[in-house]
Amino acid sequence: MLILSRKINEKIMIGEDISISIIEIRGDQVRIGVDAPKTVKVFRQEVFDAIKAENKAAAESKPVFPELDFGAKRDPL
Amino acid sequence: MKVATKAYGLIEVDERQRISFPLGLLGFESFKEYILLDAERQPFYWLQSLEVEQIAFILINPFLFRPDYELDINDEELKDIGLSGPEKALIFSIVTIPSGGSPMTANLQGPLIINRDIRSGKQAVLTDPRWKTKHDIIEELAAVRQGTC
Repeated sequence: MLILSRKINEKIMIGEDISISIIEIRGDQVRIGVDAPKTVKVFRQEVFDAIKAENKAAAESKPVFPELDFGAKRDPL
Repeated sequence: MKVATKAYGLIEVDERQRISFPLGLLGFESFKEYILLDAERQPFYWLQSLEVEQIAFILINPFLFRPDYELDINDEELKDIGLSGPEKALIFSIVTIPSGGSPMTANLQGPLIINRDIRSGKQAVLTDPRWKTKHDIIEELAAVRQGTC
């Protein structure tokens, strides 16, 4: 891993079109600004982890469906 | 085609039910070929892996219990599966039915988006804080009903 030290308002460039700015440092929390093209997805790691964990839980679902009245069925295909 | 399924054992399935996920699903990146089946109970579906019989997901149309659901996805991301707009997209949420008796939930933060023409799909990741990985389907359905009555 590349490790860089930065001060507030200093930036890191990734390639030519992604820049990461250190906005604020308060205690153990850092506010980071990410400036990237729309095609680059920027997410908190926790979001990915949560969806991964949920997919795993879903794959282990009990295949017993509760009886529910959703009204008319809509066939998506 | 004959397919070994978690829910029904070995069954005959129409080729048109086949859906590819070129990037896989999060945590299941290496499994890319699936078939979509009706579940024994409406309005649920099974997304069954063609590669591993034991990998199958229960799906639901999220708009059935959250008519206010919105997906904010940029066009570039839709291009991954050949979509140029929402017209040809099918949207599903993955359902979790825990064995411990906890409520059945749907994941609205990581919806599946499928191009119905070429039957290619992907799992999107939404950043809107309204959409979580666990939405209690029964509770939210009841809330919708109360709101409309």
